[in-house]
Amino acid sequence: MIKKSNIIFTNLYGGSSPLLKGAVKRGDWKNTKSILKISPQKIIDCVKASGLRGRGGAGFSTGMKWDFMPKSTNKQHYLVINADEGEPGTCKDRDIIRNEPHKLIEGCLIAGYAINATKCYIYIRGEFFNEAQILQNAIDEAYKKKLIGKKACNSNFNFDIYIHYGAGAYVCGEETALIESLEGKKGQPRLKPPFPANVGLFGMPTTVNNVETIAVIPTIMRRGSQWFYNLGTKNNTGSKIFCISGHVNKPCNVEEELGVPLKYLIQKYAGDVIGGWDNLLAVIPGGSSVPLIPKSVCDNVLMDFDSLKDCGSGLGTAGIIVINKQIDIVQVISRLSEFYKHESCGQCTPCREGTGWLMRMMKRIQTGEFTAEELDLLEEVTYQIEGHTICALGDAAAWPIQGLLKNFKNQILNRINKKSSKVA
Amino acid sequence: MVQIFINGKPFKVDEGITVIQACEDVGIEIPRFCYHEKLSIAGNCRMCLVEMENSQKPVASCAMPVAEGMKIKTDTEMVVKARKGVMEFLLINHPLDCPICDQGGECDLQDQAMAYGSGISRFVEHKRAVKDKNLGPLIKTHMTRCIHCTRCVRFAEEISGNQQLGTIGRGEDTEITSFLEKSIDSEMSGNIIDLCPVGALTSKPYAYVARPWELKKTQSIDVFDAVGSNIRLDSKGDKILRVLPRINEDINDEWISDKTRFAYDGLNHQRIDRYYSRDLNGKLTEDSEEGVFEILRSKFSNTKTKKIASVVGNTVDCESIYALKTFLKTIGVENFDCRQDESFFIPNNRSSYLFNSKISGIDESDFCVLVGSDIKKEAPILSARVRQRFLNSDFSYPILRVGSRHNVNFDVDDLGLGSTSLKKLSSGKYLSLLKKSKKPLFILGQGAMCSKIGEQIYNFCLNLYLKVSKDQSWNGFNVLQTFSGRVGALDLGFFNESNMKSKSVIKKIYQGEYDVLFLMSADDLDFGKIPSKTFVIYQGHHGDKAVSRADLILPTSCFTEKEGIYVNLEGRPQLSRQVKLPLPSVDHSWNFFLKFSDYLELKMNFKNFEELRKNMFSEYRFLSKLNEIQSYELVQPKKYKYNFVEDEIFSNIDNFYMTDSVSRNSPTMSNCSLAFQKKSL
Repeated sequence: MIKKSNIIFTNLYGGSSPLLKGAVKRGDWKNTKSILKISPQKIIDCVKASGLRGRGGAGFSTGMKWDFMPKSTNKQHYLVINADEGEPGTCKDRDIIRNEPHKLIEGCLIAGYAINATKCYIYIRGEFFNEAQILQNAIDEAYKKKLIGKKACNSNFNFDIYIHYGAGAYVCGEETALIESLEGKKGQPRLKPPFPANVGLFGMPTTVNNVETIAVIPTIMRRGSQWFYNLGTKNNTGSKIFCISGHVNKPCNVEEELGVPLKYLIQKYAGDVIGGWDNLLAVIPGGSSVPLIPKSVCDNVLMDFDSLKDCGSGLGTAGIIVINKQIDIVQVISRLSEFYKHESCGQCTPCREGTGWLMRMMKRIQTGEFTAEELDLLEEVTYQIEGHTICALGDAAAWPIQGLLKNFKNQILNRINKKSSKVA
Repeated sequence: MVQIFINGKPFKVDEGITVIQACEDVGIEIPRFCYHEKLSIAGNCRMCLVEMENSQKPVASCAMPVAEGMKIKTDTEMVVKARKGVMEFLLINHPLDCPICDQGGECDLQDQAMAYGSGISRFVEHKRAVKDKNLGPLIKTHMTRCIHCTRCVRFAEEISGNQQLGTIGRGEDTEITSFLEKSIDSEMSGNIIDLCPVGALTSKPYAYVARPWELKKTQSIDVFDAVGSNIRLDSKGDKILRVLPRINEDINDEWISDKTRFAYDGLNHQRIDRYYSRDLNGKLTEDSEEGVFEILRSKFSNTKTKKIASVVGNTVDCESIYALKTFLKTIGVENFDCRQDESFFIPNNRSSYLFNSKISGIDESDFCVLVGSDIKKEAPILSARVRQRFLNSDFSYPILRVGSRHNVNFDVDDLGLGSTSLKKLSSGKYLSLLKKSKKPLFILGQGAMCSKIGEQIYNFCLNLYLKVSKDQSWNGFNVLQTFSGRVGALDLGFFNESNMKSKSVIKKIYQGEYDVLFLMSADDLDFGKIPSKTFVIYQGHHGDKAVSRADLILPTSCFTEKEGIYVNLEGRPQLSRQVKLPLPSVDHSWNFFLKFSDYLELKMNFKNFEELRKNMFSEYRFLSKLNEIQSYELVQPKKYKYNFVEDEIFSNIDNFYMTDSVSRNSPTMSNCSLAFQKKSL
């Protein structure tokens, strides 16, 4: 229900050139110098007023995050862009980098200026090789045109951007693990506190932001915080790219206002569920880490942070995975468990030991070597992991199974009973 | 001070500490595996979770700093449930082999499982198995038992400075391993055995030997180097089975070196347990006490006292030295020395041979100069301390070195190999650096002090130190002693002042000026140089180098078989305790002298051990004040002309694992020498 004029990523589908020529036509880099004349605090206040919440999954207020950065200037500050998009079902950052790299670069400049960071690292997923090439070309162009670098855009602000390739670990998308990896260490999350805003990259104050969060900043600054605030719903302002995949006729990325109904999204943009809406079994609404929601909830739920939280799931990265009735839901979740077992960094006990246990139990449910009593154990183990780990990967491994057990327990029980009666 | 509430009760605790420390201070124990006071915080075991107000999730108390008004709960249902969950996770892949595990009885996991473990196992999948790693002759591994607390990794990285351990793999496939599965080549590696909270890393020499509850524990001190580390000797029957560190923040924190920990098995090998004399063919044969006394009597009475000399070894306790000195005085012998290496010192000036800044002084220093010392081998504990200072000071801590480029576990600025390089210190940028320093630390190694120009090096460095030092309350001019008995022997005056330099007792021995030589555990002379006409009497406990040259051998007790005072390199008298009785028919050396003087019908000034101690204490009062250090002023040296040479200054310790008769006879230490000393072989 977003108006065409309100769409931020006008080149999301790659109709025109991603490079500077096309970007300038789309309005990027227009009067950036005048934005850099506003005081940093005013930029932070503007972002706060827009109500922008981080697009990486946690949905924390971006303006507030920037405000946590120390205001003194005696230390090097860093801006780190998290382009390690590894959440299964999510593919928005990839398209932004592929088709709108200048929105990201300009956003980096403005964000860097706001938090007084003269150095910016873009930690890009190693698999995004072609995208990183495009991004590097775009950065080179921007340097050439003196949009970034020394005296960026003719202002008094010096700003450098470096690209760093990740090596494929999912956990490096966690901000402190990303920082560790960027420092050349093993990608393992750090303990918090201290938070990166105080002790971050190389021990200096650091802000880590998602690609999408930063890429919408220039448009917010140009069109004003009020414009962004008026999009979406209260507390869930603005527009967001939704990635729709799974059992739909036309998987796609689409930018929509927050608070749009899920059913509308799927039917309007993704060509409906394969086999029709009534063939829908469940949807994982925010990337693989969030609990799934059954069809009954999907019928009416709105796609924003708070609505999804209220129905026991989350918006996450807005990677919508549609599951229809032709698939074995246990197999789906079991595959996710395998993923989390594989990606656990092994640092802290509950996640290291628990993810493997969960995976093995899920596999046994799948093959039917499971008893009804063990279902309670399975659920208990997920709660033993949740909230007891250093980073959120433990939670992410627990939630899909919790969602499964909450909504499909009876089906699983039926299945176990059938199997055991066969054996008998 | 900040006020926090633990379980509803208010407590005032220090600012900047963590919740687990605060709880410890007020007497509430929090279970933990990965947290260790001396290591950095990892926060990965998740056993120390506590409830904090305003936090939905339990927090790791080891990593959470205290804040004013913080409300902590350590015993709620949420906390217990969380810990039980973590315990279950730790146990699912941990083998149930406690009955055959060496850690059994002193295992953190076992203990905590009693509190938080479940009686039944709900885990029916296959358990993980991990290949054991070969970490060398000291550390036995059972990696399946590992709970990935990373204490060993952090110790290697932070304390000992050999970055040879690390984690590889991810998730449940995480493994602790050494780099390319090489042995850990460090003088402090044994400490990871103590640090390991489970039985993953255990002692190889102690493998399957005993259970901790069967052992008699004796609190003693270490005599394998001059540091005087505080140790606990665990014994069963009359055998010492293992050595563990005791915490002493002033000396060894809670670490000990590998030699301290593992050389004890030398005590059971090659012991001298009877009298020997040479027969007509020059072959050593067993002799009786009377026979030996008669030989001794005839030798002492038929030789002029000027022609008799005596040397004590490097690891002899004060009481034995005092007894020998008393005996020598009684028979009128004046040629004696305790310095087989002829190291330089100034008689009656304690500051010339002590570590004046004290070991804890390293933590205050802001500049370090090493001269002719291989500190990592001579005193690994001190080296680790310097490393701590180097790593943790909030400014850059410069360390300069003159002498051989031995391995160190901190960054050094090498000025040169020979003593000529010392001159660089007294001019240019190094002098201005030195002048900026408020608490400079000079460490003169025995390598420098034993060299021909030891005196020059000492005087030059002392002059320089006195020139740049400003703080009257700070004495950072140190001599690093390497042998546990040396300071005590010098304190007791076991040297002849008239025979200090070119005419030293040792040189005269080699020149054949003495007809009778009495050695008390002195094994480090160059025995080939002693002329064959000299009659060598050796009193000792191990069949070591001296035995092949000795004409008469007197057995004696070794340090675990008697009580004795040792003075460490700081000048701190400490008590080494008796663990077991001497071998049958072996005497303490003081008792031997008592018996022998009776035989000669001479009168000694003591009749028993108590009187010996009383006399010794009245003569040397500071020895009676155990664990106390008396400070001594530095004495300005006279004007001096320096003739420095280019010769490289080497350390006096070549093989860390074999420095005295006990360690040379230890099978474990010889295994280590084979494994780690290859380069020098």
